[in-house]
Amino acid sequence: MFRLLTRDLRLAVRAGGGFGLGLAFFLLVAVLVPLGVGPEGAVLARIAPGILWVGALLACLLSLDRIFALDFEDGSLDLLATSPMPLEGVVAVKSLAHWLVTGVPLVLVSPVLGVLLNLPVQGYGWLVLSLALGTPALSVIGAFGAALTVGVKRGGLLLSLLVLPLYVPTLIFGAEVVKRGAAGLTVGTPVLLLAGITLGAAALLPFASAAALRVNLR
Amino acid sequence: MLLSVSDLAVARGGVTVLEGMTFGVAAGQALILRGPNGAGKTTLLRTLAGLQPAVAGAVSVPPEAMAYAAHADGIKAVLTVAENLEFWAAVHGTRGIGAALEAMDLVGLRNRRGAHLSAGQKRRLGLARLLVTGRPVWLLDEPTVSLDVASVALFAGVVRGHLAGGGAALIATHVDLGLGEAVVLDLSAFKARAAAGTGAFDEAFG
Repeated sequence: MFRLLTRDLRLAVRAGGGFGLGLAFFLLVAVLVPLGVGPEGAVLARIAPGILWVGALLACLLSLDRIFALDFEDGSLDLLATSPMPLEGVVAVKSLAHWLVTGVPLVLVSPVLGVLLNLPVQGYGWLVLSLALGTPALSVIGAFGAALTVGVKRGGLLLSLLVLPLYVPTLIFGAEVVKRGAAGLTVGTPVLLLAGITLGAAALLPFASAAALRVNLR
Repeated sequence: MLLSVSDLAVARGGVTVLEGMTFGVAAGQALILRGPNGAGKTTLLRTLAGLQPAVAGAVSVPPEAMAYAAHADGIKAVLTVAENLEFWAAVHGTRGIGAALEAMDLVGLRNRRGAHLSAGQKRRLGLARLLVTGRPVWLLDEPTVSLDVASVALFAGVVRGHLAGGGAALIATHVDLGLGEAVVLDLSAFKARAAAGTGAFDEAFG
């Protein structure tokens, strides 16, 4: 299992693209939105939580099809499915690798982008916390979508359409945490719900993803 | 019997291609699967590997016994030969890739990246993976594709060594591997009646 994680991380680093693309997209959104909206600080501060969360979510979506498609094309997925590792474990490890490569850089860079969007000072901690809590759910849910569409040529469109509605709860509660945090309100409820979504998705979805993969490998 | 199959029927794309198959493979035995394109060789091997369910019948094997080698070798272009092989060794909980590299004549290529290998070298790496799985039953789907004559002989030697060590192999191939002791199973004897009239259709499933 650990070797699969290190292999996936090594592949992502050597092949480039993978996490650079998501990060660059996130950066572009955060840089372009203030230019498009205009320099009014109050407006930017109001939309900052939503924009940052939507940007992170779409950046995450960009690299989802790589989770299984590359292994499917070169035959590794067949070989992993016949290996001693349970397929559920393979899915969980590959989701984790996707999060480490895509989600973690987004979390780390988000405070810098918060400055560009004039996020109120008290919101930064909550921004980082909400992304750290929410992005694992994005990776796990995304892996489920990727598993469903793994055999489909050019399945990116289908994957986005399948996954976007599943991302909505994470987006709502994630942005709500930042919004309330920035306004100085209590954030307990959305934080707990966000954590609940992530934990629930991480606990249940690998089983669904593995089942979808088994069907697609036939 | 290491592997025994009774009254097995397998389907591809919803069409039953082979049915009524009953055979066994003992330790030290190789079974060559013969049949024209679309006969169901790949489908049979994938079913035995557990990648797809059987339509009918039963396959009995010890758990974790099958090592499957398909048309695609599962080689990562950005990893070196040694890294590719070490990964599969780690996944299967075995140690040491030296013997496998030597057996398939890959020692000189160990630090070469997958992207820079020729088709035949990739194939040799894909077959070396079988050695690091440590599993007794090899399911080989056209193992000699893109191998030169010397490499085919090399591979036949590896298979012979595996059989001598108590392993078994099912090999779908059109090429004579020079395994004189192997039993040949002609799959056309098990062709499913329903599929008989759809020759042009199941051609696609070679």
